[in-house]
Amino acid sequence: MEYLIGIQGPDFVLVAADNVAASSIIQMKHDYDKMFKLSEKILLLCVGEAGDTVQFAEYIQKNVQLYKMRNGYELSPAAAANFTRKNLADYLRSRTPYHVNLLLAGYDETDGPGLYYMDYLSALAKAPFAAHGYGAFLTLSILDRYYRPDLTREEAVDLLKKCLEELNKRFIMNLPSFTVRLIDKDGIHDMEKLPVAPGG
Amino acid sequence: HMCMYVCGTASEFDRDSAFHFLFPPWQCSRKNRVPTLFSSTFSSLSPNQQPFQLSHGTTTLGFIFQDGVIAAADTRASCKGLICCPISQKIMPIHSHLVVNTSGSSADCMLWEWILTHEMRLYQLRHRKRLSVNGAAKLLSTMLHPFKDQNTKNVLSTFGGRSGPRVCYVCSDGLQLKGEIISVGSGSPYAYAVLDDGWRWGMTVDEAVALAREAVFRATHWDAYSGNNVDLFHITAHGWRRRDREDLKEEYYRERERKSKKIKEREKERQKREGDELGEGDIYSVHCG
Repeated sequence: MEYLIGIQGPDFVLVAADNVAASSIIQMKHDYDKMFKLSEKILLLCVGEAGDTVQFAEYIQKNVQLYKMRNGYELSPAAAANFTRKNLADYLRSRTPYHVNLLLAGYDETDGPGLYYMDYLSALAKAPFAAHGYGAFLTLSILDRYYRPDLTREEAVDLLKKCLEELNKRFIMNLPSFTVRLIDKDGIHDMEKLPVAPGG
Repeated sequence: HMCMYVCGTASEFDRDSAFHFLFPPWQCSRKNRVPTLFSSTFSSLSPNQQPFQLSHGTTTLGFIFQDGVIAAADTRASCKGLICCPISQKIMPIHSHLVVNTSGSSADCMLWEWILTHEMRLYQLRHRKRLSVNGAAKLLSTMLHPFKDQNTKNVLSTFGGRSGPRVCYVCSDGLQLKGEIISVGSGSPYAYAVLDDGWRWGMTVDEAVALAREAVFRATHWDAYSGNNVDLFHITAHGWRRRDREDLKEEYYRERERKSKKIKEREKERQKREGDELGEGDIYSVHCG
């Protein structure tokens, strides 16, 4: 019932995740953050089985930070994505596979913005837009229809809002709010939580 | 563990369900995990494929407010249909400022409480300071990780020096949450309903205690696997204080009496009002208001 979405623009990546932490039929938390900051310009969005998400994401997070401490410079998003994929793949055929679906979003000085889609079988793909969860079935066609590689930031946020409206309309689960973040050359920016509460 | 069906039966969610074609078949390394509509969210623990599992026969809750933390729980230990112990203690103090409520198999709960107590004491002796509640939650979470299939849930309630009142939920499947109101067990939905309605940060201690008592009482009324007495702990900067154990059976009869008294009073008032209206000669001259 969790939902992740990412949209890449010419010089930024916009990502959003829902805020619900659920345990069977109860919403235990309404403001749960599913994004993990790997470095100044890389975010890892992680959903999946209850304990695996935090364990795996924190493991990757600490390793990326360790790389920076040892070598003095940060991993690029492509390198971080491939590192994550390798780890997930190594655990896949062990006795303790991690059942997690990930989106990795980052900005690189040389390569620009990058959005990487990874699923629990550790398939990695660099994509202009991506989504995880049941909500993805409802929103991928909207993204297909309206996405252009030269979106401005406002247009990307509008596209995101369209997707969330569709979820509100058709998705069986109530996902009341989403954390939204934008990554560009200046780092990670927190944006207003969506959907905006109705003004009345 | 007792499992409850509320909506539909397991067969609605088996391999022939309409949603099954949408997913690629995957190898389940943990046994009994079958792809179903809800399988991506539910942990792999359900031995039967159920829509959801609320198998911990208990109601236990913890919440924070301006004057500390309240931790409350019922005292019934059940084994399928038998009440094994009507006076068990589900809230265990770990140290003067930390209290743990657990749900799940009683044996597992006792073991983990004991292990957590002595690990925290060792930490305190080695590092000359107490482990914070986040640290305790992380420690418990890491210790429970190899026993993922064990299906225990814990609520850690604490009042820390720097961090203030904190309540933290740790589940053996790895979920770890910090929040303001946490409730676990089969009676937790009923308790949540009462807590969500009455909780405010600015409550007084009496209001908070009354709210916690009410929540456990309502849950024990509806849930067969919770009942008997209610235990209440209040944790402040000075440490935890335990309220006397209270038998909820009396509360049930008291509430019935209160309700019947209230109905009688309302009936009297209504009769009085009607009597007044009839007493006035011309009903059109009655002044309403």
